Amino acid sequence: MLKDITLGQYFPGNTLIHRLDPRTKLLCVVLYIVALFCAKWFVSYGLVAAVLITCIRISRVKLKTMTKGLKTVYIIVAFTAVMNLFFTGGEPVADLPILRHISQAGIYAAVFMVLRIIMLIMGTFLLTYTTSPISLTDALDSLFSPLKKLHVPIHELTLMMSLALRFIPTLIEETDKIMSAQKARGADFESGNILRRARALVPILVPLFVSAFRRADELATAMECRCYHGGEGRTALHVLRYARRDFAALALFVLLVIAVIVLRRFGL
Amino acid sequence: MEPILRVDHLTHTYSEGTPFERNAVEDMSLSVMPGEFLGIIGHTGSGKSTLIQHLNGLLKPTSGRVYLAGEDIWARPREIRRVRFRVGLVFQYPEYQLFEETAFEDIAFGPRNMGLDEKEIDQRVRSAAAFVGLEEDQLHRSPFELSGGQKRRVAIAGVIAMEPEVLILDEPTAGLDPNGREKILGQIRAYHRAKGNTVILVSHSMEEIARNVDRIAVLHRAHIYMDGTPAQVFARAKELTDIGLDVPQVTKVAHALRQRGIPVDGSVYTVEELQRQLLALKGGGGGC
Repeated sequence: MLKDITLGQYFPGNTLIHRLDPRTKLLCVVLYIVALFCAKWFVSYGLVAAVLITCIRISRVKLKTMTKGLKTVYIIVAFTAVMNLFFTGGEPVADLPILRHISQAGIYAAVFMVLRIIMLIMGTFLLTYTTSPISLTDALDSLFSPLKKLHVPIHELTLMMSLALRFIPTLIEETDKIMSAQKARGADFESGNILRRARALVPILVPLFVSAFRRADELATAMECRCYHGGEGRTALHVLRYARRDFAALALFVLLVIAVIVLRRFGL
Repeated sequence: MEPILRVDHLTHTYSEGTPFERNAVEDMSLSVMPGEFLGIIGHTGSGKSTLIQHLNGLLKPTSGRVYLAGEDIWARPREIRRVRFRVGLVFQYPEYQLFEETAFEDIAFGPRNMGLDEKEIDQRVRSAAAFVGLEEDQLHRSPFELSGGQKRRVAIAGVIAMEPEVLILDEPTAGLDPNGREKILGQIRAYHRAKGNTVILVSHSMEEIARNVDRIAVLHRAHIYMDGTPAQVFARAKELTDIGLDVPQVTKVAHALRQRGIPVDGSVYTVEELQRQLLALKGGGGGC
């Protein structure tokens, strides 16, 4: 059950999208989001959507996995849609009981908002589905390295991030195990009022914290044993290198942004 | 006699519908008789843990059924907790699940969930603690102050205190020194003798299994590969080593002796038995 969480899960593969440099993918997603927020009318939304769909097809991530990831945000999408529908000013559509509160501008605003959120989420999900968490943090480390000049501890931050990401599955597994063990002793997590349910979490949280601290301690010792001393002068096993396809991908997404901005001028 | 536990064509698939889909247990059937001491052996990933988690309803079969005393345990899903009180499961490294302020309270967690009264709980905790050899003063210490072996015994007592009809232990000796191993196995044997309950011991150590159980089920790649008495199973030593499992050292000695033309029984699995046979061969014995 806990294992079924797909949010930000990596699906290994060997497609063009998988092989792109993680920095390229990160930058492309940023450009994609810019394009998405500049889009104004159906034509530009269609253009951005076409790019997204092409990328999904190339990556061979199943559409079902994509929509499954959306499940977590359905409520937010529905909420924004309703808000935009009723609270956008303008001419009412018709002089009828409910329709009186809905303007044509409201309908468009709602549709575009929903499209925008769904496409935003699908785009970022595509990134995490096709990029392993470790290469993502490598990419962040590399992209933000100029900030090291300003004494921002980029390496430490990205290390913390990759450690956290590394231990999410471990801790989920651990939680699963502890829950099973307590259920085997008759623990009941599903019934009772809020107070009872909160109390039922104690037998899970205490062992989980104990083991998380133990793991952290062991990890720190293991890192020290291997002479870890921070990011100064540290080299990487997998050095990130841009290939021709990376420049092509970046150029494509820059073009997308330009195209959307041009379309915006014409109100499309 | 009716089996206390019966597994009928059980299949369990993890991560169904994702690229990580795999069958951990495939079409397994198994019966366990009341009072039996069953050993389950197999490699990591052979399906041992998945199988035993079906026996107390922690996992729901993808297909197939599990019967407890003739009743399908999933007949009434809302009452699955009752099954867990009747089939006690001790997980691997159970000391990591301790959470209470005192060892006593931790052992009492199961009985308390059963809704027993305080007097009954007190009596059960004490009797369970006695089975695993915990002292009175240890019961009132924090479980986190105890040694590794003691913690594990507290955790095992926590399941015994529910007085289950079937007690399942998943690798109860993992990570303990030889002394601690023998102690825990001895306590489990004593518990089995005293209570006459069904005990299922999961392990990947052949020696450990051979010396304790009445019957062995060998699991290999999600299937039951062999099922029989220790003598029957160890007679097929070659097949066992072929799938990468070990046989007890004394069985290896017996097989080597046979290859050299000494007609001992190839299914011997205790030193005492081999000694008896060798002495008989020497002609009536009478000291070597």
